[in-house]
Amino acid sequence: MATRALEIAGPRRSAWRQALENVPIHVFFIVAGVLWALPAIGLLVTSLRPVGLFTVTGWWTIFTGTGGQVGIDNYRHLFDSPLLAGSFVNSILIAVPATIIPVLFATLSAYAFTWLNFPGKTIFFLLLIALMVVPLQMALIPVAQLYGFIGPPGIVKVFLFHAAFALPYATFLFRNFFLGIPHELLESGRMDGANDWRIFRTIILPLAYPAIASFAVFQFLWVWNDLLVGLVFAGNTPPVTVAILQQMRNFGSSVDVISAASFLSVIPPLLLFFAFQRYFVQGLLAGSVKG
Amino acid sequence: MAGVVFEHVYKRYAGNVVAITDMNVQIKDKEFMVLVGPSGCGKSTALRMVAGLEEISDGEVKIGDRVVNDVAPKDRDIAMVFQSYALYPHMSVYDNLSFGLKLRKTPKAEIDKRVREAAKILGLEPFLERKPKALSGGQRQRVALGRAIVRQPKAFLMDEPLSNLDAKLRVETRVNILKLHQRLQTTFIYVTHDQVEAMTMGDRIVVMKDGYVQQVDTPDTLYHHPVNMFVAGFIGSPAMNFLPVRIGGDGQTALHGEGFDVPVEERLLSEAGAERGQEVIMGVRPEDLKDPRFAGRDGLPKVPAKVEVIESMGSEIFAYFNIGGKTMTSRMDPRSGDMQPGQTTQVAVDTSHLHLFDPKSEKALVSGGKPAAN
Repeated sequence: MATRALEIAGPRRSAWRQALENVPIHVFFIVAGVLWALPAIGLLVTSLRPVGLFTVTGWWTIFTGTGGQVGIDNYRHLFDSPLLAGSFVNSILIAVPATIIPVLFATLSAYAFTWLNFPGKTIFFLLLIALMVVPLQMALIPVAQLYGFIGPPGIVKVFLFHAAFALPYATFLFRNFFLGIPHELLESGRMDGANDWRIFRTIILPLAYPAIASFAVFQFLWVWNDLLVGLVFAGNTPPVTVAILQQMRNFGSSVDVISAASFLSVIPPLLLFFAFQRYFVQGLLAGSVKG
Repeated sequence: MAGVVFEHVYKRYAGNVVAITDMNVQIKDKEFMVLVGPSGCGKSTALRMVAGLEEISDGEVKIGDRVVNDVAPKDRDIAMVFQSYALYPHMSVYDNLSFGLKLRKTPKAEIDKRVREAAKILGLEPFLERKPKALSGGQRQRVALGRAIVRQPKAFLMDEPLSNLDAKLRVETRVNILKLHQRLQTTFIYVTHDQVEAMTMGDRIVVMKDGYVQQVDTPDTLYHHPVNMFVAGFIGSPAMNFLPVRIGGDGQTALHGEGFDVPVEERLLSEAGAERGQEVIMGVRPEDLKDPRFAGRDGLPKVPAKVEVIESMGSEIFAYFNIGGKTMTSRMDPRSGDMQPGQTTQVAVDTSHLHLFDPKSEKALVSGGKPAAN
């Protein structure tokens, strides 16, 4: 009996030791996590405090009981302003097509660049890659002139601009992903009687879901958080970022509204991230696992 | 069901790389034809040209009576099994099997019937709803076969379908593929680099090297009457032994090697067009080097040999001898296992299956004890 007890105690003691050894690591990550989350927590608390208090006491004072009342008044006031409320709709109307358009076109062009043979294929592809180095800011004025000539609505201006600038990168990303798909799969499809369009739709696209999802999450976040393009082209249909900026009062603090609006604006991309989290991680690992 | 014919087929790539030169092969209807050769010999390229995955640079490929050079793969009515299986990873086994039929607008009931039939033949019935990644290597391989079976094609093309399986499963699947061939009564074209697979499976074998067809014949003929040194050395395991010798002899004709003489019939040499004084290469199969004690026949010429290594396989032994300064392999009865490494002994050479090759052209002069036909 005694030896048996010892046998059991042996591993248990080492498990304890292991837990102890892990303590510094846990402490480190907890501290890092808290530091990382601090600004977001500060923003949340600030958005819940009444106007005026911001300039008197810090947001952390509510944890010591001296910070005064908290409530959701700021959020309620947010929707008093139709501009701000409408800006959420605008942001969605911009970010969704700005994500879908490059996915549609870039998967097709990546298929062509990967598997079709046509004259000038390499040159076109290099040209496309070269386009990735063009800074977005450089294109603002020429595109503004072009828009002035054609005159589409503000929302269209913004999402077309984003979509166009995402295309080279998206094509590059999808082509790299497609290169990892064994060519026997396409040949097998061809023997089975599928043409290029059918192969693209029934074999390649389903396999590319992880790449598409990870691109879509990145692109959506980028467009949702963009201020510059919205500021330049959106006009009277501003996205959230621009609308928040417009809340600035001339001679007073607007932190109450801005903090609440900022906090709300984080929610849609966060939802998207959690919805596609699985694909997101898969996309990062894409190609490392044999099909 | 149809034969496949290569007529003066060439494959050239950009930059003047020639993968296949003047390939002429007639594969008969219902035949099991194996293309075999070392890697880079053009065997896969030849198969892919039949499939339509590779363009034909010159010459004609016919399936049945139809020249298919410009026919799209899907219209050639053939099915292919890839080395990597190339299963659609996002589809279930059922969908993998039915994909080709769906594209051909086969009625649903007919698809279901054929898929279930193929699944039954291959023992895939329990796995129809699974995705390929949930299958073992052998099961995936069977799905790849099944995908070809359901199509009921005129010819099956197989590109090293067994090379991703472990040794035991490979032997098992080899037998299953042969059974399948008997059952389906269809033309099979099978590519492999493994001469054992080629010998055991093929009705006939095409031996290829560097884009040239070396010999097309039955496994038996390839083994006993190879037309050149490459085929002689490639077919058979352990490989044929080669020894440089000179034709000569005082009175009786003989082959002179380093420290030995092997008498041969004068008539055979003259019929083969070999002359006295000519340097040739003698080829001897391992089983034709015998232990004189158990040769079962007297009067075989003996040559001095030094035992190097003895490998016992249980049912037989492989003995490595130093004869004339070269290592020669012999396949012997286990009773000869009492020989000691380092020991000098005598080895009997059975010359009834003698091979002689021209050292320059490497062509056979005498093949399997008969004058070569060229």
